Amino acid sequence: MTSANPSLAPLAPAAEPSAFVEISQETLALTRRLFLQLQRRPTTLVAGVLQPLIWLILFGALFANAPAGLLPGGGGYGQFLGAGVIVFTAFSAALNAGLPVMFDREFGFLNRLLVAPLRSRSSIVLASVLYITSLSLVQSLAIMVTAAALGYGWPSGAGLLLVLATLLLLVFAVTALSLGLAFALPGHIELIAVIFVANLPLLFASTALAPLSFMPPWLSWLASLNPLTFAIEPIRAAYGGPVGFSTVVLEAPYGQLSLGTCLAVLTLLAVGLFVAIRPLLDRKLN
Amino acid sequence: MIELQHLSKCYGGGKAQTKPAAGQDRQKPDQPGDQAQKLAGGIQALNDFSLSIAGGCLYGLLGPNGAGKTTALRILCTLLAPDSGSVTVAGVDALANPRAARRLLGYVAQEVAIDKILTGRELLRLQAALYHLPNAVRDRRIDELSELMGMADWIDRRCGSYSGGMRRRLDLAAGLLHRPRLLVLDEPTVGLDIESRAAIWQVLRELRNQGTTVLLSSHYLEEVDALADRLAIIESGRVIAEGAPAALKASLGGDRVTLRVREFSDEPEALRVQQLLRACAGVRQVVVNRAQGFSLNLVVEHEGVIEQLRRQLGEADLPVFALAQSRPSLDDVYLQATGRTLNDAELALAGIRDAKAERKQNMR
Repeated sequence: MTSANPSLAPLAPAAEPSAFVEISQETLALTRRLFLQLQRRPTTLVAGVLQPLIWLILFGALFANAPAGLLPGGGGYGQFLGAGVIVFTAFSAALNAGLPVMFDREFGFLNRLLVAPLRSRSSIVLASVLYITSLSLVQSLAIMVTAAALGYGWPSGAGLLLVLATLLLLVFAVTALSLGLAFALPGHIELIAVIFVANLPLLFASTALAPLSFMPPWLSWLASLNPLTFAIEPIRAAYGGPVGFSTVVLEAPYGQLSLGTCLAVLTLLAVGLFVAIRPLLDRKLN
Repeated sequence: MIELQHLSKCYGGGKAQTKPAAGQDRQKPDQPGDQAQKLAGGIQALNDFSLSIAGGCLYGLLGPNGAGKTTALRILCTLLAPDSGSVTVAGVDALANPRAARRLLGYVAQEVAIDKILTGRELLRLQAALYHLPNAVRDRRIDELSELMGMADWIDRRCGSYSGGMRRRLDLAAGLLHRPRLLVLDEPTVGLDIESRAAIWQVLRELRNQGTTVLLSSHYLEEVDALADRLAIIESGRVIAEGAPAALKASLGGDRVTLRVREFSDEPEALRVQQLLRACAGVRQVVVNRAQGFSLNLVVEHEGVIEQLRRQLGEADLPVFALAQSRPSLDDVYLQATGRTLNDAELALAGIRDAKAERKQNMR
């Protein structure tokens, strides 16, 4: 036995650095872990790009011979579909945000985080949001590039900003929902079931695949209340040409929806969901 | 260093308390004093649990699985809030100021939660960031601990490929990374090979020698006996005996003797021998052990009694197949305090535990 091993002596606590420094250190380390996982198990990323790509190519081909002028805004079906698939990609990716958190809960890794003197437990949530946001934006970008290669167009500079802003708002809202579910549900089986059940119906009951005018009244009501529609229509408008906040992007059964309204609704949704899950997170993380 | 005062914790009872006396609950018979009492559908894990641990010692919590050791440690480590009671770590109120308490302590949980996709080094780096170590300190600490725990060969391999012993060593390193003043370990050597166990024991002793307070729970008598400066015996969520192992044993007094007149005796003969032994001066607590071929267990006051026993047995024409004498063991201490051996307590609790429900409780 060595009698003086300095590496085992306890350390007196040093002065505390600023909250910002500590929270960034925690958050970066936690985000880094998620990206290392992704890098070593890239299946999620590959599948996340592959699935919408197949949608884009197959669905685009399915309705390739639709009569010209049938769709609002002119253009072919591929161009119409593009906006829907971009939003669907971001949506599916964000819906999975809760899965890593759920696995951490189940395997007890979360306990390791909770026993550490984290400056703020929000770091855990923040890391998930950072990870999922970048992941879903990368996936959506891949789809946009593919759509452009297929000849379905590319938005202008301001349009591109609009696309990014819309996607960000949607991703924030869905991530909040998914993180809430990850703490509310008992296990990953239930979480996957909810993701599975929510995914496709939300896609079909939106304007991603067909315009409102193709739908029976009840479905067009549903579609024009669906948050996905509020993200799809601004992006579709951005692909269509120059737009402003007052530009009408959808003729909903209950009235006209402007671009500004769509973005405001998405913002409200994102903020509202984070506020709504806050008490749950506080309870589970403190 | 650590003060746990009057801790109580009931699992699953919260709901029942808010809607008192529902019909089903009332029909359940009360089981006062029983292991892990059921209270209105909940389980009383801790029941007025008080413990005081001085700084710089290696302290053992001894008790069967399910006695409340893990619950007490989780409360101490701020992972669980007690229903009532107070927790103080080095003068810091851990319930009022959990973050300050977390900085002081390192926790090595029973079920090692490791991210299988990360390498050992990456996991330690993550841990270092959670404790806000600067990068230079972090890298130096990882090197030091890697050498100390013999992890150098595999620290850059992914954790998924580690054996149980490697995982436990990595987890111990993670707990020590920020040089805590108090290290808390929950069953640190369960399921480990002898070599890993010895290595961990060695590290714990060295830590104590360097001034770290070490608190470990165990249901291995041998482990607590070999390591602990002091120990507390936990049963039914409370401390029922406390002290240094040698002092606890000495307080029992006398030596333990096991006598077999032949390899397999029978009841009449055993009872006859029992009568005979009871008549001897300096002999106490003569018990016939039916499970062990009607051998006899007794306590003798001093060395001379054994000689006298042999003489008397010879005079009564009784043979002696085996006569074993030992100082009181920790198991005897446990037996004296609880009325049964640790092994029997384990077996009794194994039947009523619900491993799945316990995992759910630990899930956040």
